Amino acid sequence: MFPFCFEWKWDPDHFIFLGFLYLVLIIVGTGLGVAFLKTAAQVLGFMRERHFDH
Amino acid sequence: MQPFDVALFPENAKRCSLKLFIAWTIPWVVLLLWGLVSAVLCLWKGLNQTNMTDYFAFALWIVFDLAVIALGAGAFFTGFLTYIIGKKELKDIINAAVLIGFICYSGAVAMLGIDIGQPLRGWFIFWHVNVHSMLAEVSFCITAYLIVLLIEYIPIILENRQIQRVRELKYFGNNLHEIMAMFAATGTFLSFFHQGSLGGLFGVMYARPFDFRGGFYVWPWTFFLFVLSAIAAGPCFTILCTKLTEFISRKKLVPDRAVQTLAKISAGLTCLYVGLKIIDTLVWAYKLTPKAGLTLMDYYREGPYGIWLLIAEIGICGVLPAILLIIPKVREHNGWLVVACLLNCTGIVLNRFVFTVVSLAIPVMPFDRFVSYWPTWQEWGIALALVGYGFLLFSLSYRYLPLFPKERELNP
Amino acid sequence: MVIDLDKCTGCGTCMVACAHENNLSVRPDESDIQRKLTWMRLYKITKDEPYPKTEVSYFPRPCMQCDHHTPCVSVCPATATDYDINTGIVSQIYTRCIGCRYCMAACPYHARVFNWWDGYFPRGKGLENYLSPEVSVRMRGVVEKCTFCHHRLMRAKSKAYAEGRRELEEGEYVTACTEACPAKAITFGDLNNPEHKVHQLIKSPYAFRLLERLGTEPKVYYLSKKDWVRKMGDNYLPGEFKPVTPPKA
Repeated sequence: MFPFCFEWKWDPDHFIFLGFLYLVLIIVGTGLGVAFLKTAAQVLGFMRERHFDH
Repeated sequence: MQPFDVALFPENAKRCSLKLFIAWTIPWVVLLLWGLVSAVLCLWKGLNQTNMTDYFAFALWIVFDLAVIALGAGAFFTGFLTYIIGKKELKDIINAAVLIGFICYSGAVAMLGIDIGQPLRGWFIFWHVNVHSMLAEVSFCITAYLIVLLIEYIPIILENRQIQRVRELKYFGNNLHEIMAMFAATGTFLSFFHQGSLGGLFGVMYARPFDFRGGFYVWPWTFFLFVLSAIAAGPCFTILCTKLTEFISRKKLVPDRAVQTLAKISAGLTCLYVGLKIIDTLVWAYKLTPKAGLTLMDYYREGPYGIWLLIAEIGICGVLPAILLIIPKVREHNGWLVVACLLNCTGIVLNRFVFTVVSLAIPVMPFDRFVSYWPTWQEWGIALALVGYGFLLFSLSYRYLPLFPKERELNP
Repeated sequence: MVIDLDKCTGCGTCMVACAHENNLSVRPDESDIQRKLTWMRLYKITKDEPYPKTEVSYFPRPCMQCDHHTPCVSVCPATATDYDINTGIVSQIYTRCIGCRYCMAACPYHARVFNWWDGYFPRGKGLENYLSPEVSVRMRGVVEKCTFCHHRLMRAKSKAYAEGRRELEEGEYVTACTEACPAKAITFGDLNNPEHKVHQLIKSPYAFRLLERLGTEPKVYYLSKKDWVRKMGDNYLPGEFKPVTPPKA
């Protein structure tokens, strides 16, 4: 998972595989973070709540 | 008289009394308890509690895993159709699809945790990852997708009437909902790859002629067939679950348009899948198998695993539902739709069973012998706990969450 | 490794020696063959013909140490099994194995066994005194396999190093089964080294490998002058198997 793991051998396939993995994790993490920050801003009153319906 | 827990129901929704609901959950709780006892035994005493052997390294649990993950594909595919393709009518069924996906995936991951011999080392898959292993790809994608499913399920929980009163949670739910397309896209990507690599798992075992297939680049054909079969049968399972809920609650919950859209898409995909599966089977039977010095019938002479498996999987549970689904008249008929969906789902379960158990049951060395396998009660317990868990979570969600947005409109 | 099946009497000494050398755990009841820990397994084969033409032969089956794209190594998700480029030996890292058993499914030879129980070495009966300090015992829930007595290679290398040598002599490193076989049916050496006996043996027209057609490229060769035995080594369609005509005197 990380190059400092025991017996790590560099392999070009690591870039593809782990690249996608970290990309996915970053996207998911960013999405969650945005939702959290937005909620915090709305609750604290920096941002107006938008009416939401679906 | 209003049920005791009426304050928790979705607005203006009619639900049965609490007593009746508790009575309904009893069998599922019993299944869960049975599973719990089995899980404790397996974790404490080890996998000798099962009837798995060195011959049957994969058994009932892996069949269940593969089956529920395939059936749970309705979640990502419906999400993809709703948020990416823009099929607006599917918004009426997406919540149920997401919940089914969440149940299937969380159950499967929990079961895998017991299935591996050293559960405490599960994280080694990530830490010491072998990027060339299909199982590594499966583990990564399933774990990541389970997180995505959780994120998709949380806003539904937060829509509970009482939770909505908490301002922070309400906002959070809304904010998550607003960026759902992004999560749906990520989920689609992850699901595509792990549904595929679950198939790849078997297709790459080149030393087992029963499983081995040629392929494209690093992906064997089973990779693509598994993706296709999952997105063909997954929506059928979603339809079946909603039909079952409608039947039990004696209410119409999903507009026909949403169901028919799913059925139509599933019909096309099932036809495509069955066609490709037949080609794949022919190539495998007439090209790959003779290369290994075997004939097709050599695979089907052990124990109960006769050629009927192939006929049942591709014929009765493949071609037949494909035909039933593709004819609009049949598809629009409620009873036939259920039959077709049932057959389609059976077909995919049978396919996963064949790739897991039958492929291991067939000896490769000419002097090796066939050994039989039947699961112990502990194995059944853990597998059936998944069913209990599914019914329980679905029932609870149906009772307390606005799982079907059109429920009020359809039941004035 | 080359195993002469015509010399093998099926006595099972190789199995015992292997279990002894590699600290294989036992069970109070060893009758459950399908869950038994054996790195070297002996298969009995019989010629499918009625008396008096009945013939019996035995297939001792260690790990084949497959060469090309090793089936088990390529599938392990946690890199718990590895292929050594220098020796060609397929290793197993017990403390890294998570017990998913994918490798067992991928191996057509059943060379891999799973620890269904905790290791058991009955105390008070003296069995613990026989444990070899060179081989780690295994915990339950992991897969183990024949390592071609890798610790013996290490030992031989250390000895050679101490004596200032870089290369090992033939016979300096042999597996426990090779050493134990009373019929001298097993020959061990470097297949790539033209001076080693095994290098010559595998050129014999009677040499074959198990399931060679699958392309696993095993490093264990078998020898047998009997056509029916050689035919048992792989799957053949009718008429595909070519018997070796005996060389004319």
